[in-house]
Amino acid sequence: MHKIESKNVNFYYGTNQALKDISLSIEKNTVTALIGPSGCGKSTYLRLFNRMNDLIDNTKLEGQILIDGVDIYAKSTNVDTLRKNVGMVFQKPNPFPKTIFENVAYGLRVNGVTDKKFIEERVINSIQQVALWDEVKDKLKKSAFELSGGQQQRLCIARALAIQPSVILMDEPTSALDPISTAKIEELVYELKDKYTIVIVTHNMQQAGRISDTTGFFYMGELIEFDQTKNIFTNPKEERTQNYITGRFG
Amino acid sequence: MDKDLKISRKKKINQAIAFSLFTFLSYFIVAILFVILAFLIYKGIGVLSWGFISEMPTDGMTSGGIYPAIIGTLILVFGSMLFAFPVGVMAAIYMNEYVKDGWIKRFIKLMTNNLAGVPSIVFGLFGMALFVNKLEFGDSILAGSLTLGLLALPVVIRTTEEALKAVDDTFRQASLGLGASKWQTTSKVVLPIAFPNIITGLILSIGRVSGETAPILFTVAAYFLPKLPSGIFDQVMALPYHLYVISTSGTNIEKSREMAYGTALILIIIVLISNLAASRLRKYFGKKVKMN
Ligand SMILES: Nc1ncnc2c1ncn2[C@@H]1O[C@H](COP(=O)(O)OP(=O)(O)OP(=O)(O)O)[C@@H](O)[C@H]1O
Ligand SMILES: [Mg+2]
Repeated sequence: MHKIESKNVNFYYGTNQALKDISLSIEKNTVTALIGPSGCGKSTYLRLFNRMNDLIDNTKLEGQILIDGVDIYAKSTNVDTLRKNVGMVFQKPNPFPKTIFENVAYGLRVNGVTDKKFIEERVINSIQQVALWDEVKDKLKKSAFELSGGQQQRLCIARALAIQPSVILMDEPTSALDPISTAKIEELVYELKDKYTIVIVTHNMQQAGRISDTTGFFYMGELIEFDQTKNIFTNPKEERTQNYITGRFG
Repeated sequence: MDKDLKISRKKKINQAIAFSLFTFLSYFIVAILFVILAFLIYKGIGVLSWGFISEMPTDGMTSGGIYPAIIGTLILVFGSMLFAFPVGVMAAIYMNEYVKDGWIKRFIKLMTNNLAGVPSIVFGLFGMALFVNKLEFGDSILAGSLTLGLLALPVVIRTTEEALKAVDDTFRQASLGLGASKWQTTSKVVLPIAFPNIITGLILSIGRVSGETAPILFTVAAYFLPKLPSGIFDQVMALPYHLYVISTSGTNIEKSREMAYGTALILIIIVLISNLAASRLRKYFGKKVKMN
């Protein structure tokens, strides 16, 4: 069974169709990169996997999206349960106005976990997973805003990991970061693959090439090509993919 | 080449003109404020003394202090905020976080904006009809506070809405994405971020409320009441109304003139202090918010 499956997905903002007939499948424990020029629908598509587009008024979805074989838009699907299973990391680091510790504990607390020891273990474990522990272990009670942008972004990843999702969505997670922080996050993504299935939107071709197993190229709401990353970058079947990758437009 | 130079010179001159105009206008506004303040200080400083702010008025309000009016105004401001703040903030939360875009939202918006444009005397009449007469609160702190609160409501709603709108949507998405409910997201993430701006709105509306005369005229203000209230069903004196009384219908207007300026000065000082407090609190909470 595929981890994620998208079947003939159309998506509309009002009357504007943002996604056209997208079908693809993503395997467990892989990194999938979504690339394409600005406005082609990458973020829109990504937000479908944790039903974040539900928050936007006047939208319409056609087709099906399955995670672990379950239609996540079916009436019987609980949105909270889905969102706990599908973590998300955003373009700009957005820690909550809380301490470093409470940022990571947030997901546990809002889901009703009260066991102090359990929370503490999980928080420490999550911060260790994103390789931030050494940098913050002495200031867990300090505001998360005191961290650098790159540290904040890793904290946001830790925050997502704390509730143990199986899928992690990342929307241009390094575009606001410096090269060193970017390298750290890329390394992290590579390591997290062992435990999670990751879908990442990026404008950075090298990044897609470095960290992903599979790449999807979007253009004006359509999925032009979806294949193993090495095929996309060395031997794309579509001319538009070729043009985009070589920087001729976009 | 020549032509380019000409254009760039023309640009420079235009810019210089625009710049000096804006500079002049902004200093002009500051100057007006200073002139008003200087005028009040000049006319009113003579009566200012510890006695003026701590004693009851005497001799038909031509001498003595304005203590009960100061306390009355403070009570009314506090009472109105006790009503307007929770109601206004909740309304704004509902509008911004819960209602979907559509005609209902537009309608509520239109109405709150219209409410902001209603003359304050109309609020006074309404307050008298509803709180004083219909609900039988009588002329009282309760009736006056509620009326003033209604007046402040649109301001509180609008500033809170602006504050909530300024919170980046990805904070909401991040919280909801962790399985938090809408209310958890609003109360634990959105409100703390918006709080400094909400507080600013609150205090600005305090400034507005403390100077209003018309809404308290028929609902609470006493012409002359040289004692402090003992409960929320008592009347009180209030600064703006006291000012009005001793300038227009006091026992001896000429003799009260200086006291009137003193009263105006105190009123302005209260407004200025609350504005100052607004920016202080905003900074304080701006820092603190990141900490819990
Ligand atoms: N909230 C929204 N309401 C209406 N239209 C939207 C909304 N968000 C996106 N769109 C439209 O949907 C289309 C796809 O937008 P989307 O943000 O998914 O693109 P993207 O590929 O992520 O672009 P970028 O690389 O710039 O982030 C665009 O035409 C955009 O204008
Ligand atoms: Mg995007």
